[in-house]
Amino acid sequence: MSSVGNEYPQSKVETPKRSEWPLWEVFIRGQHGMNHRHVGSLHAVDAEMAIKNARDVYTRRNEGVSIWVVEAHHIAASSPSDKGPFYEPAESKIYRHPTFFDIPDDVGAM
Amino acid sequence: MAHDPDLFEFLCRMGDNTLVLGHRVSEWCGFAPVLEEDIALANIALDLIGQTRMWLGLADEVEGAGRSADDLAMLRDVWDFRNVLLVEQPNGDFGQTMMRQFLFDAWHLRMLEALTTSTNTRIAEIAAKAVKEVSYHVERSSGTVIGLGDGTVESHSRMQAALDLLWPYVGELFSTDKVDVAMTQAGIAPDPASLRAGFDAYVGGVLAEAMLTIPDGDFAHKGGKTGFRHSEHLGHMLTQMQWLQRAYPGSSW
Amino acid sequence: MYAQMVKSEAADDSPEAISFQARIDAGEKIEPKDWMPAGYRKTLIRQIGQHAHSEIVGQLPEGNWITRAPTLERKAILLAKVQDEAGHGLYLYCAAETLGVSRDDLTEMLLDGRMKYSSIFNYPTLTWADMGAVGWLVDGAAIMNQVPLQRTSYGPYSRAMIRVCKEESFHQRKGFDIMRKMSNGTPAQKRMAQDALNRFWEPSLMMFGPSDKDSVHSAQSMAWKIKMNTNDELRQKFVDQTVPQADYLGLTVPDETLKWNDEKGGYDFAEPDWAEFYEVLKGNGPCNRERLAARNKAWDDGAWVRDGLSAYGQKRAARKVAAQ
Repeated sequence: MSSVGNEYPQSKVETPKRSEWPLWEVFIRGQHGMNHRHVGSLHAVDAEMAIKNARDVYTRRNEGVSIWVVEAHHIAASSPSDKGPFYEPAESKIYRHPTFFDIPDDVGAM
Repeated sequence: MAHDPDLFEFLCRMGDNTLVLGHRVSEWCGFAPVLEEDIALANIALDLIGQTRMWLGLADEVEGAGRSADDLAMLRDVWDFRNVLLVEQPNGDFGQTMMRQFLFDAWHLRMLEALTTSTNTRIAEIAAKAVKEVSYHVERSSGTVIGLGDGTVESHSRMQAALDLLWPYVGELFSTDKVDVAMTQAGIAPDPASLRAGFDAYVGGVLAEAMLTIPDGDFAHKGGKTGFRHSEHLGHMLTQMQWLQRAYPGSSW
Repeated sequence: MYAQMVKSEAADDSPEAISFQARIDAGEKIEPKDWMPAGYRKTLIRQIGQHAHSEIVGQLPEGNWITRAPTLERKAILLAKVQDEAGHGLYLYCAAETLGVSRDDLTEMLLDGRMKYSSIFNYPTLTWADMGAVGWLVDGAAIMNQVPLQRTSYGPYSRAMIRVCKEESFHQRKGFDIMRKMSNGTPAQKRMAQDALNRFWEPSLMMFGPSDKDSVHSAQSMAWKIKMNTNDELRQKFVDQTVPQADYLGLTVPDETLKWNDEKGGYDFAEPDWAEFYEVLKGNGPCNRERLAARNKAWDDGAWVRDGLSAYGQKRAARKVAAQ
C-alpha cells in the first residue's frame, strides 16, 4: 500500500513568506431580524475560512443566523477629526427619533 | 422497549464511535496550531460528546439493565467497545488528526442521513439532530484537507503520509455482519456497504482537489466494530478516560 | 487579576495629552484611530497582551483534566469552558491588534519570555476538585477585575471585556458547583475539596498583585482608566465574597488569622507569601517550565499547518485572479 509515484507539483509559492493570516472583521445578524452587527475579529487565510472560523468563534452560544466577513484592510473609516462635521449635524435633528413626538397615553402603542 | 441485543450492539457502535473520536479530538484543546482552529476542534468534540450521550442513553434504555450512558462510557473494558479502529488511532500530527476526521465525517454524514429515515423514531430523531452538526464537520474537515494537501510541499507530504496511514482503516466502516443484517432487515439502519459508493465519490473528489492519491490495494483492518480485536491504543485511552470512575467507584461527580 | 504588575509608561504634558486626559475624565471612549499618548498605547499593549496570554496559558491547567473528566457531562462542560478561554484570548489579541501590534508578535514575546502571563497558571491541577477550585477561586478573582474593566477607557478593550464577562458568568458557577458536589460527597471527595482550597487560596490572593497603593504605575493607569481599582480593594472584595462561600461548602479557609472586622466591614486576612509570588514571576513556580514548553511546542508543531494553509490561500487567490 503506497502512494509512490505521486508527484506533487512544485508551485511558485514554494516557500510562502512566513506571514500572519490576514485579519478579518466579523458581522453577525442575530435571530431577531436586526442588522448585521460588528462582533469582533479573527484571522483566516481567505473569506471561506473566515466565515467558518467566525461560525466557530462567534456563534458558540447561538448568537447568529447570518455572518458577514470583510478583510480588515478593506474597511474605510472616517477619521477622528471628522467627528464634529460628520456627526454633530445629526444631533440637532432630534425629530428623527421616535421619542421626539409626544403621543398621548390613550392612543395606545405606536 | 424489549431488550434487543442487536439493537443495543448497533447503538453502542454509533455511540462508541463518537465517544472515542470526541475524546481524541478533545485531546487537542489548548494545543492547536492557531487559536481559531483550537476553538473549532473543541466545537467538533463537543458535538461528538453530545451525540454520545444520546446514543448511549438510548442504548441504556434498550438494554434495560440500568447502565447509564456514563456507566457504558466509563465502566466497560476494551473488548466491550464497539467503535471502528479508525477513531481510536492516535492524533499524530495535526494532519493525521484532520485526515482521520475527514474520513470519519464523510462516512458519518452518509450514515446519519440514512438513519434519519429509520423505522425506529428515536434513532431517526437523534440522527436528525446529529446530521446538522456533522454536515458542518464534513465541510470543515474537507476544507482543511484540501488546504493542507494543496499547501506547501511539507504540508502535502504530511497529508499524503496521513492518508497512507489511515486508508486501511476505511474498509471497516463499510463491513457488514449479522448485526448490520438484522438492522437492515428491521429498517432501522442501512446496510453499511450501501454507503460506500457515495463515500468514494465524495472522498475521491476532495482528495483529488487536495492533490492527494488514494493508496493502491483494498486491504482493510478490522476488529473494532465487532470488538473482536481493538488496537493497543484504545486501552491506553481508557486508562485516562475512566480513571476517576475506577479509582473512586460509586461516587457522584 | 490576569494582568499583574503591568508597568505603566509616564504621561506627558503636551497639549494633546492634556485634552486626551480630559476626554477620559469626561468618560469618553478612546478608539483606535484617535490620537493617544505613546505611553497609553504601550501600557495598553502590555496589559491587554498579558491578559490575552493568561487566557491562553490558562487553558493548560484545566485542559489537563479534560481527558480525565468523570462523566460525559462534566467533560463537555469543562471542554466548553476551556474553549471559552481560547475565545477570550482571541478577543483580547484582537483588541491589542487595534493598537498596531500583531498577534504573532505578541505570541513570540510570550514564547520567549519577554511578556508574562498571570502567576496563577504556574500552579498544578492535581485532582478533580482543582477543576472546582480553579473555577470558583481563580475565575472568581478574575471576574472581580474584569467586571470593572468593562468600563475601561479604550473602546476595543472595553468591548472585549463585555463579551468576556458575558461568557464568563457560567465559569465561576460551574466551579462552585463542582466544589459543592465534592464537599457533599464521599470522605475522599471532601478531602480533595479541602486540599484544593488549601493549595489555591494563597495563589488566588496573589492574582491581584502586591499592594499598589503607593505605586506610580498604578496611579497613571488609573488616571487613564485602564486600571479601575487598586489591588488591595479587589483582594479585599474577593476575600469578603469568598469566605462565606467556603463556610457554605463546609470548607476551612487555610488562614488562621482570618477574622471578621466590624470596623472596616470586611475580613482581616493574612498576606500571601510575596517571596513565592516573585519567584513564580521569575520563572520558578511549580509549572512555569511546563507551561511555556507546552505553548512553544504547540506553536512550533503548528508552523507547517499555518504555512500550508497560508500557501493554499495565496495560490487560491492567484488562481481566482488568473481566471478573471
